[in-house]
Amino acid sequence: MGTTMVRAQSASASWPERAVGLLGWALLPLMVLDLYLIFLYAPRELTQGDAQRVFYIHVPLAWIAYLCFGIVAVASIAYLRTRSAAWDRLARACAEIGVAFTTLVLITGSIWGKPIWGTWWTWDARLTTTLILWFIYVSYLMLRSYATDEARGARYAAVLGIVGAIGVPINYFSVQLWRTLHPTAVVGPGSSGLEGAMLFTFLFSLLVMTLLFLYVLPNRIWLIEIQDELRGLRRALLEEVARAQ
Amino acid sequence: MPNNLGFLFAAFAVVWVALFGYVVLLSGQLRQLRQELRALREAVERARGRETG
Repeated sequence: MGTTMVRAQSASASWPERAVGLLGWALLPLMVLDLYLIFLYAPRELTQGDAQRVFYIHVPLAWIAYLCFGIVAVASIAYLRTRSAAWDRLARACAEIGVAFTTLVLITGSIWGKPIWGTWWTWDARLTTTLILWFIYVSYLMLRSYATDEARGARYAAVLGIVGAIGVPINYFSVQLWRTLHPTAVVGPGSSGLEGAMLFTFLFSLLVMTLLFLYVLPNRIWLIEIQDELRGLRRALLEEVARAQ
Repeated sequence: MPNNLGFLFAAFAVVWVALFGYVVLLSGQLRQLRQELRALREAVERARGRETG
């Protein structure tokens, strides 16, 4: 019966897994095309030279990180209202992906800053608020890892996920609120705008990064689901063994 | 105008190696835990079967 149950569950889960797998394969040529656009198609920027091409990966990473933290907040509100484990898993997965992407934003920003500003790091408003944002969501993940009572850990993390999201608009508008070294937005309303080929390359990079996020997110959620189920099964097995003795 | 190609390649190398590593790590963990889950489900079913049978 156990084997039948396992087979039935595997079969029912196969179509989303197959769709996500296909997305993963489709991403490979898109990534190659993205690199072609960034390195060969987009024109060289006049003042910064080739270092400016870091922009095509740095900004999409930041936008996806914002999206992740936004989803953490929405899923956390939904979790506190419904106490559904699905919302909690979505929040956990997005927090982890958001931290990973923010880490890369900080690293690429630092590598970009060195040739342009002459320093790897400066306590500029945008950089500092990005670092604070990173610390908030690393704390979120630590809270999840170290909580002895899972339900309580999920509740506290949900509150942190909601409060932490306040950091996203502060980070986004930091270049307008304070005088900073970091450039203001070049895409979006009120921005200085990008040249046609540069804008196309940027939007394509954003699309690739979004698809990558859509590939990673379900995989991360499945991993959390399996970890939760394993924990439950281990508990059940221990109970069965204890009952048998 | 500076070319700064070293910085450019460093930034892209870090990002793609990190993202590729994360995806590989995730897939590996998923495969391993799915096997563990299958084995554990069968063990629980066997334990329950022994108790009822």
